[in-house]
Amino acid sequence: MAEYAANGEMPEVLFWVGCAGSFDQRAQRITRAFTQILDKVGVKFAILGKEEMCTGDPARRAGNEFLFQMMAYNNINTLNAYGIKKVVTICPHCFNVFKNEYPRLGGNYEVMHHTTFLQQLINEGKVVLKDGGAFKGKKITYHDSCYLGRGNGIYEAPREVLQAFDTELVEMKRCRSNGMCCGAGGAQMFKEEEQGTTRINFDRAEQALETGATIIAANCPFCTTMLTDGVKNKEKEDSVKVLDIAEMVAMSL
Amino acid sequence: MHIAQQILFIICAVIAVYFFAKKVKEMRRNVLLGRDEDLSDNKDQRWRNMVLLALGQKKMFKKPIPALLHLVVYAGFIIINIEMLEIFIDGVTGAHRIFAPVLGGLYSFLIGFFEVLAALVLLGCVVFLIRRNVLKVGRLNMPELNGWPRNDANLILITEVVLMSLFLIMNAADLSLQQLGAEHYTATEPFWVSSHLTGMFSGMSAATLVGIERTSWWLHILGIFLFLNYLPYSKHLHVILAFPNAFYAKLVPQGEARNMKEIQNEVLYMMEPDKAPAATADATPPRFGAKDIMDLSWKNLLDAYSCTECGRCTSSCPANLTGKKLSPRKIMMDTRDRMEEVGRNINENGEFKDDGKSLLHGYISVEELRACTTCQACVEACPVSIDPLDIIMQLRRNLIMEESNAPGEWNLMFGNVENNMAPWKFSPDDRDAWING
Repeated sequence: MAEYAANGEMPEVLFWVGCAGSFDQRAQRITRAFTQILDKVGVKFAILGKEEMCTGDPARRAGNEFLFQMMAYNNINTLNAYGIKKVVTICPHCFNVFKNEYPRLGGNYEVMHHTTFLQQLINEGKVVLKDGGAFKGKKITYHDSCYLGRGNGIYEAPREVLQAFDTELVEMKRCRSNGMCCGAGGAQMFKEEEQGTTRINFDRAEQALETGATIIAANCPFCTTMLTDGVKNKEKEDSVKVLDIAEMVAMSL
Repeated sequence: MHIAQQILFIICAVIAVYFFAKKVKEMRRNVLLGRDEDLSDNKDQRWRNMVLLALGQKKMFKKPIPALLHLVVYAGFIIINIEMLEIFIDGVTGAHRIFAPVLGGLYSFLIGFFEVLAALVLLGCVVFLIRRNVLKVGRLNMPELNGWPRNDANLILITEVVLMSLFLIMNAADLSLQQLGAEHYTATEPFWVSSHLTGMFSGMSAATLVGIERTSWWLHILGIFLFLNYLPYSKHLHVILAFPNAFYAKLVPQGEARNMKEIQNEVLYMMEPDKAPAATADATPPRFGAKDIMDLSWKNLLDAYSCTECGRCTSSCPANLTGKKLSPRKIMMDTRDRMEEVGRNINENGEFKDDGKSLLHGYISVEELRACTTCQACVEACPVSIDPLDIIMQLRRNLIMEESNAPGEWNLMFGNVENNMAPWKFSPDDRDAWING
């Protein structure tokens, strides 16, 4: 972004990578897949790079409001200084903070989750999947992340992207507004689960496997990690893949 | 005789209404112990929510079978209450079925219709009792319901069965008396349901039948007066509070957490000291998050009174489903129990006297709070717009910001966010290293 600003230019959209997308090796693949699509379509985008900071979401959900407000203050200052208007992100937690929580603190941006962004690119004909996509004839199930689904009511856009593939989309028993959490939200990603009879991600992955799908499509880097672990727990990692929708699209260009 | 009955009726009615009103005032006071929160915005949307969610029971229909049974019981309850108007007027004036001569055939139709509803309510309540006690539906048989909550649920259902039976017996006895041509019993056309029950009274004398009819009438109305005064102690209070609770439901997206303006300002003044107002010596620092019910919003407390312990929240909670201690329903039950405890404390002492207890720790444990993934399944599931997550979040804030009570891993995460701008210990310089991957 600093380079755009130095040249006195504005990108079409700021790509907010998020911490997982930046540092987590598995999630970096989602980041690269998404930027590959943006490059292919010719979307002029920027990233904040080293100036990007955690939105503060895990701190806020854990109860550390002070830390959240600090991060929010800094991020909003950075974004406002660049005059950012439009943001796209691959993380539903960042998306939720941008859409619902930063406006109250002076950060007003048009924000999109990457699945909605991809759906628009497909609808506009800018993204065309080669031969019906890389998953011809396979069964796909889709996992609603809490903060895209229940949190913000986005259930259809990711499904529309998946329908562009020449595949069969099967729903889990718990889907859409009744979808079940992967177990990572509320800062659980950063701590051991409380004592119980099983792990949430094991349960959720089992529900996904019950559909008989060989691809579990996700829209969140944390869900992707949790579900991958869940699939491994059932020793199904050779036959069933957990992929972000951006990866699926990138593989089909 | 009639005059005695009339006087007795009026006395009972006055006592019932007086005690109920007194209790309502007390509940209102308890709810207002919560922090102030302005929810008077967007009235159109709020009325719409009330009609759709409370009156229309929109969310109930996610589970069609209980929803249908519930609709029958609810519709029956509301519509049969129209008959209460006549019972009331009869009770005060000493008349018998005052509307019968006025409405003629329509009267018999209406009562017949009420009887069909009464029979359906009766049936519905029996099925509900079977679901609870024989089929043992999972969400209705969890440990947090042991003791009073379970008895409360059964008592409500049994009361409804008894009230409906009395209503039908009363009408059947009435019809039998009409057939005998008893004085004072206005002739009507046979009612749809009770006309099939008159057989059990065949051969009885008019005096016996009057006894049965009067006893049923009295037990029915006294039952209703008692039930009215039972409501404030029961989970059944939702029949009333579902309406205001849906009206005051959260209108912003479920994903949005409650902002803490005081901390937002704290950070602002720290970063831009010129914006800070002059320090006032007498300013008492607010409590961060919630430790006790007084720290919650009044809407959280209204939520607690509105909860009918149906357990839709808990049965969709991923933490609970995987054996963790957290149960959103228990969060609501605990909040109500603590609020009522504080209420009793105020009744006894005139104002709240510190009892050394609090909602956090005393009722809700750290382990429960730590298990929440903030997935909002509980919020989504609640048919009457209760938000258990909002309470969980406020208690979590108190744990972190006032008690510094966090698991070690969270403290590490906080440290990383603060120092490395990411929840993991990576160098901020590597934030864009993925480009080279």
